[in-house]
Amino acid sequence: MPVLETEGGAVWRKRTTGQAMARWAMWLLGVAIFIWCWQRISDATTWFFVWDAPEIAGDILGRATPPRWSYINTLWEPLWDTLNIATLGTLAALVMAVPVAFLAARNTTPSALFVRPIALLIIVSTRSINSLIWALLLIAIIGPGVFAGIVAIAIRSIGFCAKLLYEAIEEIDRTQVEAITATGASRMQVMAYGIVPQIAPAFAGIAVFRWDINIRESTVLGLVGAGGIGLQLQASMNTLAWPQVSLILLVILAAVVVSEWVSAKVRGAII
Amino acid sequence: MTDVTHRELDDLIGRRWRRPPLVKRTWLRWTLVIGGVLYLIAAIASVEVNWSRVYEGLERGWAFVLAFTSPDFTSRGDAIWTGMVESIVMTVAASVVGILISIPIALGAARNIAPLPVYMICRGIIAVSRALQEIIVAILLVAIFGFGPLAGFLTLSFATIGFLSKLLAEDIEAMDRSQAEAIRATGARWGQWIDYGVTPQVLPRLIGLSIYRVDINFRESAILGLVGAGGIGATLNTAFDRYEYDTAAAILILIIVIVMALEYISGIVRAKVQ
Repeated sequence: MPVLETEGGAVWRKRTTGQAMARWAMWLLGVAIFIWCWQRISDATTWFFVWDAPEIAGDILGRATPPRWSYINTLWEPLWDTLNIATLGTLAALVMAVPVAFLAARNTTPSALFVRPIALLIIVSTRSINSLIWALLLIAIIGPGVFAGIVAIAIRSIGFCAKLLYEAIEEIDRTQVEAITATGASRMQVMAYGIVPQIAPAFAGIAVFRWDINIRESTVLGLVGAGGIGLQLQASMNTLAWPQVSLILLVILAAVVVSEWVSAKVRGAII
Repeated sequence: MTDVTHRELDDLIGRRWRRPPLVKRTWLRWTLVIGGVLYLIAAIASVEVNWSRVYEGLERGWAFVLAFTSPDFTSRGDAIWTGMVESIVMTVAASVVGILISIPIALGAARNIAPLPVYMICRGIIAVSRALQEIIVAILLVAIFGFGPLAGFLTLSFATIGFLSKLLAEDIEAMDRSQAEAIRATGARWGQWIDYGVTPQVLPRLIGLSIYRVDINFRESAILGLVGAGGIGATLNTAFDRYEYDTAAAILILIIVIVMALEYISGIVRAKVQ
């Protein structure tokens, strides 16, 4: 127990002198790194523009209120597109994520040495790249529009869904699988009756959870031209139509809140 | 199925076993199925796909896939390096500031620590931060503060607050009351109570969440450049616009490698603290 010897006797301390010094050095290093980072940001900033930021913010707020409510009639169609991008994208992602998850789970993969690393690579690479970047790429490949948005959302969601799903598969109860195998079931039948019922609730939960996230992401895909309400946002900002921008932001906020509510309800019903 | 009565069991004898449906109520099941099918038809019908354009694009798509086998790190090396450093700098600075701000907010948003008015304010801050997506916040902040990494730094800090405060507050609310009470019984001040009674209970989770958030912040910093908020996104956007797929592939590979490294480190750290 580290103690500090004083005239009045030994006093308890949390750490020995060496530990305290090591921690102090780590903190010093951390602070130094932070200050260096801040220095770089500061150098790249035009502080002149920052000082009048409150004024600019007030100006923008003044222009943006009240929102142009009549503009909502042109927003229904983009909103429908946004919903479709998220829903169809999620469905497509699930279709692709299921085989990937079965290949990646330790207990169902046909080959832990060759197939599993490939499945894990698919999961990591699709997950680490944002859907906006996928959209950017797909627009360059297949042209702007809703379809590019759907594919972008689908690719981005594969990794997320497959990761959660394969973790669920790895946690299944082996005895149930064994019981089905003992009846003489084929490999596919073991899947259908031994594994699928066990992961079905997790699967449904993951699907709804990802759908909720995808609604959020698809609202901004239009910024790069991939359809949905983001297109209107981009167009309104380019023409500096701030009342329209504020209305679109309110609509996006409402869509996010509604989707979160729906997803919470459905997940509550499943689990 | 424990709620099956003897009568129902008698009815079942001699019949073939069928899998129990996922949704029990028949009318609800059919409404969901029919509604789902109708929605799918309507949705797919409203998506316009220019198949000839897609077909033309396949060649470019293949060129992009091939680019991954020969990524070009050198010809735009300077731009990639500056963009990457800027992304990392934004990530580090925003994570530090975001975490520092989110700790007091998390304390305020935990009902077992904060009085009701403070609780409401802090929960409000969290709700606002979580409802606004990074990219929209970035657009607004770029409009206000001008182009550059400052807008990106502020965006990421703001997003970190919502994420970290919410999860940390939930952890604080789920902590063991008796430990905190024992500290209080020794006559500790409020600060000492937090420091010795609450912090040790939530610190492992705070560290785990912080590292996870660094990972997310880095991923997000890669797209902030699309709207002018600094980082590697601007370089990536330019590479796509010029159809320089080998450079784009190089950037994407770097992002994937860094994310994988962060995930690996966070796995080690989380295993160590928990």
